[in-house]
Amino acid sequence: MSNITNTIEGEEATRRDFLHIAAAGGAGVGAVMAAWPFIDQMNPAADTLALASVEVDLSAIGEGEAVIVKWRGKPIFIRHRTQAEIEEANAVDVAALPDQQSDADRIKSGHEKWLVVTGICTHLGCVPLGSKSGDEKGEFGGWFCPCHGSHYDTSGRIRKGPAPLNLAVPEYAFLSDTTIKIG
Amino acid sequence: MAKWQTIKPENKALAWVEERLPVLALVSNVVGPDTPTPRNLNYFWNFGSLAGLMLVVQLISGIVLAMHYTPDTSLAFDSVERIMRDVNYGWLIRYMHANGASFFFIAVYIHILRGLYYGSYKAPREVLWMLGLVIFLLMMATAFMGYVLPWGQMSFWGATVITNLFSAVPVVGEDIVTLLWGGFSVDNPTLKRFFSLHYLLPFVITGVVILHIWAKKVSDSGNPLGVEVQSSADQIPFHPFYTIKDAFGVGVFFFVFAAFIFYDPNAMGHPDNYIPADPLVTPDSIVPEWYFLPFYAILRSITFDIGIPFTDIVIIPAKLLGVIAMFAAIIILFFLPWLDTSKVRSTRFRPTYRYFFWFLVADMVLLTIVGGKKPEGIWPLLGLIGTAYYFAHFLVIMPLLGKIEKTLPLPESIAKACAPKAQAAE
Repeated sequence: MSNITNTIEGEEATRRDFLHIAAAGGAGVGAVMAAWPFIDQMNPAADTLALASVEVDLSAIGEGEAVIVKWRGKPIFIRHRTQAEIEEANAVDVAALPDQQSDADRIKSGHEKWLVVTGICTHLGCVPLGSKSGDEKGEFGGWFCPCHGSHYDTSGRIRKGPAPLNLAVPEYAFLSDTTIKIG
Repeated sequence: MAKWQTIKPENKALAWVEERLPVLALVSNVVGPDTPTPRNLNYFWNFGSLAGLMLVVQLISGIVLAMHYTPDTSLAFDSVERIMRDVNYGWLIRYMHANGASFFFIAVYIHILRGLYYGSYKAPREVLWMLGLVIFLLMMATAFMGYVLPWGQMSFWGATVITNLFSAVPVVGEDIVTLLWGGFSVDNPTLKRFFSLHYLLPFVITGVVILHIWAKKVSDSGNPLGVEVQSSADQIPFHPFYTIKDAFGVGVFFFVFAAFIFYDPNAMGHPDNYIPADPLVTPDSIVPEWYFLPFYAILRSITFDIGIPFTDIVIIPAKLLGVIAMFAAIIILFFLPWLDTSKVRSTRFRPTYRYFFWFLVADMVLLTIVGGKKPEGIWPLLGLIGTAYYFAHFLVIMPLLGKIEKTLPLPESIAKACAPKAQAAE
């Protein structure tokens, strides 16, 4: 077999070398292209994506009440804030917060009474208490996470405890004064 | 058996691993430069590696389909439709799997016919041949159960008909069928166990494939001349010669495979299987997948009882006889090494047997056609003739012809017949 190896391993690049590299390269590109469908099938399917946005009717939520709706498998807190709660959220010194954000950045202007946040504690993913009447709302009147004791205020901002960030505000828009579309 | 070569890689880390677990040597000795292989293998020897590759295609696409499929009678059909419509590339992966089964059988049938033509079942390769038949039987079971999973009309009625075969077993037949079903008809328990077994069996097949390749390593590849290897002049290393030849074969085979997947993915399927299973309505005609048709034809061809002549005593009823004939059609292949009495392996040197080989192929084609037709008119008679000839080939023609046939002179060696120059250099 040695004479065969010698022809392949000549000193200069030969037509045979070129053919080897071209064939191996072509096969490699083909393999990667063939692999892609098998990877992409794990991404969300069309029917999963079709359910990626939900519309919520706000008219049934009374002042001071909150509801939890499910969006993309996650809880979304929608809170109809009282005037006192809005003022409380605005009165905070933003510079003193762990995650600096003003209340205005977390709501849609003109709809100050509506707070829409993702109900997942930014610490380790538990669902904080505070949406139901009778729930523990924490020291700042917003939400309280029972897992490791994070306190959120009436703007959903982290005020005390191990969570690093404010409750996330999902992508949403007002379709009318009483209807929002999340996602 | 060819000598086992060890490998000492120059890289120290590799050498350290190789000393403790010689995987490089394993590859090199089975499909590598240390695997001396007859120099005269023709393209029919490509179909072993193609069958192995199709097993891999079926495993990968099947594992992916199982991520999206639901084995429940109320959800199975819809979950398959969801794969077709919603899952990213789901249509592609399912068509790969469905057509992959057909192409797996195409590769295996050509592989088996190659073995029949060139006498690959003869000593010392009997166990190699029988392991191949075990793989074939496991494939049939796997393919049958896989076809049930989409829970369409053909799935349901195919499952009903095939499981009912076991009711032909005397005394305990009905009990066996109830046991297979997990109920009193093909239903949810049946679907769930079929799914479980359909996932399991491919790994059993993989295990037997490893034994099959091991047996090949022990007895070495056969070759078109059927003359055993005598010196290294008869051989070339598996790598690069046959790895490249196999790779070229893969290119051609996948070209045809892809043509079916992309241009006519349902050509080998049955439209009735896109109708959800209905236990109250049997489709106009129940047809198995094409690769089962010859055996289905044999099953249906037996419509007479065997009894004591001139009395009404039935020893074997027609239903049981049909089932026995169908299973015997495959079991008989296990005895081929002894049924073939010829001392010459390759049909190339058996001028008379060559005709009978092609008669057998024509008979299988006939049975395939009969299996796809409704059993009326001329077809049942043709099926019976075809079945009779199939068994006559193995039980009468092969044993007798081997004794009386005047064979052609065999070449002295592979090298002498195929590469006189290499012989001279030796």
